[in-house]
Amino acid sequence: MSQLIRVNDFVIKFANVNGSGSASANTLFAKSILRMGVPVSPRNIFPSNIQGLPTWYEVRVSEKGWLGRRGGVDLMVAMNQQTWDVDLAEIESGGYLFYDSTRAVPASKLRRDVTALCMPLTAMCNERYKDARQRQVFKNIIYVGALSQLIGIERDVVAQLIGEQYKGKEKLLQPNLDSLDLGRTWAAANLPSPFELKVERRDNVGERIFVDGNAAAALGALYGGASVAAWYPITPSSSLAESFQKYCNKFRTNPDGTKRFAIIQAEDELASIGMVIGAAWNGARAFTATAGPGISLMQEFLGLAYFAEIPAVIFNVQRGGPSTGMPTRTQQSDVLSCAYASHGDTKHVLLFPEDPTECFHFGAEAFDLADRLQTPVFVMLDLDIGMNDRLCEPFTWDDAKRMDRGKVMGTKELEEGRPFGRYRDVDGDGITVRTWPGSHPTRGSFFTRGTTKDRDAKYSESGPDYMENMTRLQKKFETAAGLVPAPVLRSAVEPTSIGVVYYGSTSPAMDEALVLLAAEGLHIDALRVRAFPFNHEVPAFVAAHETVFLIEQNRDAQLKLLLVHECQIDPNHVTSVLHYDGTPITARFIVRAIRERCGMTAAVGNGKVKR
Amino acid sequence: MTWIARPKFHHASLTKNEQGCTRRDYEGTISTLCAGCGHDSISAAIVQAFYELSIAPHRVAKLSGIGCSSKTPTYFLGASHGFNSVHGRMPSVLTGANLANRDLIYIGVSGDGDSASIGFGQFAHSIRRGVDMIYIVENNGVYGLTKGQRSATADEGTTMKKGEVNTDKPIDMISMAIKLGASYVGRSFSGDKEQLIPLIKGAIQHRGAAFLDVISPCVAFNNHAGSTKSYDWVREHNEAVNQLDVMMDHEEMVLQQSPGTVEDVAQPDGTVLRLHKIAMDFDPTDRIKALDYLERHAAEGELVTGLLYVDRKPKDLHDHLGTVATPLNTLGESDLCPGAKTLSAINASLR
Repeated sequence: MSQLIRVNDFVIKFANVNGSGSASANTLFAKSILRMGVPVSPRNIFPSNIQGLPTWYEVRVSEKGWLGRRGGVDLMVAMNQQTWDVDLAEIESGGYLFYDSTRAVPASKLRRDVTALCMPLTAMCNERYKDARQRQVFKNIIYVGALSQLIGIERDVVAQLIGEQYKGKEKLLQPNLDSLDLGRTWAAANLPSPFELKVERRDNVGERIFVDGNAAAALGALYGGASVAAWYPITPSSSLAESFQKYCNKFRTNPDGTKRFAIIQAEDELASIGMVIGAAWNGARAFTATAGPGISLMQEFLGLAYFAEIPAVIFNVQRGGPSTGMPTRTQQSDVLSCAYASHGDTKHVLLFPEDPTECFHFGAEAFDLADRLQTPVFVMLDLDIGMNDRLCEPFTWDDAKRMDRGKVMGTKELEEGRPFGRYRDVDGDGITVRTWPGSHPTRGSFFTRGTTKDRDAKYSESGPDYMENMTRLQKKFETAAGLVPAPVLRSAVEPTSIGVVYYGSTSPAMDEALVLLAAEGLHIDALRVRAFPFNHEVPAFVAAHETVFLIEQNRDAQLKLLLVHECQIDPNHVTSVLHYDGTPITARFIVRAIRERCGMTAAVGNGKVKR
Repeated sequence: MTWIARPKFHHASLTKNEQGCTRRDYEGTISTLCAGCGHDSISAAIVQAFYELSIAPHRVAKLSGIGCSSKTPTYFLGASHGFNSVHGRMPSVLTGANLANRDLIYIGVSGDGDSASIGFGQFAHSIRRGVDMIYIVENNGVYGLTKGQRSATADEGTTMKKGEVNTDKPIDMISMAIKLGASYVGRSFSGDKEQLIPLIKGAIQHRGAAFLDVISPCVAFNNHAGSTKSYDWVREHNEAVNQLDVMMDHEEMVLQQSPGTVEDVAQPDGTVLRLHKIAMDFDPTDRIKALDYLERHAAEGELVTGLLYVDRKPKDLHDHLGTVATPLNTLGESDLCPGAKTLSAINASLR
């Protein structure tokens, strides 16, 4: 049997039962590798359940810094009897299985090509702890101890992290350290050393931070000046609103306890978006966080906000649909439902962050865009970005930056007698001037409604008035294309006729795939789309390449539909690569798909592709 | 074109209030509702109430849902910002607006279709939260704008215009509002401005969720024999429990402490609600007894009107949330954005 031998480049997967306290132990494990200077990317794979069902935590260790999911498992930490068979099957040939041997596992339940590492974990734990909860919690720390010893993570690194975690709760510190050492001592005496999968100290993490996209987006909203948030709990977006609450409590509470924010947990998504619209109409920056089913419920209001031209920011953390879909799995499958949300002729601005860093920056920028454009702006996260800790560039902020509140006529301008007509396109960019309620005793008031209005917001059901308004809204959308984040182009090292377009959480897998394909001689220019409406560079990129792939994490090629339709592109010019099983897309998947479609096998890449 | 401007000129002798405004300054465009519609009387009462209280019109925001009632905000307070939102969702839009600027007065106008059916949830939750607002349901028991379908407040056994009998139980918005925690609840009749105007004034002065159920006959679809929302039926069955006088803090007054024919309820802002009792056994400050009274009299076929519940110490949503006194929509960068230095510290905590 040939065993896998890897340094700083392998995948460990923890198979646990949810509700057992494994999440914090597993995070501790991942963070300790980071502290060794080696990049990791962990992913939670969890059920829509609180206690008793299988949950997994997959950690990719990658010295080269690949943060996408790799696929396959080199070391399985099998802590869940329910999923033993699938977990065993997932291990790469030559890989390793770590399990609790308190109860004997028959040889038929093991694999010949997988090395078994067994530890009498439950027995050790029961001997040491009498309390049931303690047994459960410390069991997790004991296996982290054993594994950290096995793969070469320094003891002090783990101990330091535990110390940070229990700062202020010193009573809990020593018992945790004891469990850690229990595991480490046992492993040193009983597990192979040196072990073939190893972590070695590097300096490849640098200044980067380790955070989930939902927290980052919440921080973006905080910095972007959102003062009203209304939301309804829904996986995978709930932690975004909860993080916002946490950050606001910390950074927006006055010494006397009064709060410079208002957060409402609404009765449903309709009320959430209604409150956001009401607050934004009245001059506060407001947002909601939701997922696909919530977007469906908000449809009527989203149309009102579009037609009545009210700024609103919607963080959509995408998942599989519908309500009994795959709430804990990731997808990019709300692109169309957001782009054209509501009835009538509507179009909305979408932003596609690639990682938590962009969740922060787009999270803040969305408020400027919404105010500037007086329209709903969707920040399109997904579960993979939103709910997993990701190594990413630190957040930055320029203190000289001011909020762009857009075209708002205030008390002073009204007093000066500037002419005001709510829906008059005075600047020719389709964006009109608004006023906030209460601004002036006699000037600037208007009545807000959908489309039954003329350019002065007076009631009108006339066709020409309706058309004038709708044509102007179209012009405004064209203006938006020049204001939203531009796409990011990465040219191949050699001239090529192949291009790939991708967006959002596909980024890390794409980064890796491009390098792997280039190594095979397949050079590809890549364009990362960051927003809708599409900047002119997007159709230009498509036109400039003979073969164009569009990578998406949905079944129906939603961004392709949008691109083909909005930019009048020949659908045959764009080849879709679609991944939609609910797991994050991998570099392996992209490489295989592009290789196949280019008519190549791995061995015969010659850089020339025939269509 | 269904928007009709009202001529601006008015008689020089019209009385001005403390704002220097005449009653005309509180009007809106000319109503396009049917002649004789109860809603127009309610709009007139709203105009009168704001005028009498000398409230600057631009410090009021008026919001509505969809339906005949929801069209009415264009017919009053023309100098205020208005928002005709979506069906049944006025309460959420109003809640958001109120969160953004706690300094304005918010009046939400809705109908029985808008609030008792499609918007029943939002009605309930906005009341539960204690949003500081005047929430008026113009209740006619029928869908007017879609031409005569029955609504959820139509009484069981009443007949529709074409003779169809309603077999569904009615929703009583008043007892719902009291149960859900509204801190000011009244019922009135569009045809009784002596009762209605003070109730609206009290609601304006009240800080918290003020709810008014105003029976407002629909002359087109629900004013026939067999309806319990017709002018005739309401006049015959209207049982007022009290008559309200709203007295401002600056007025000279002696608080009536002892229970008798007059009872004063002081509100935290200094306003005194002076209740001239008609039903001597009715106490509007006792929630449980009020509910009991309403149930018993409804069973006897009476339409109980007046100020039906008032909380002596109301609290509103901002009190619950602990928001700053400054309106959130006036906060600037220094109030909202923690800045680059804090961000560096946050970054450091994420390594």
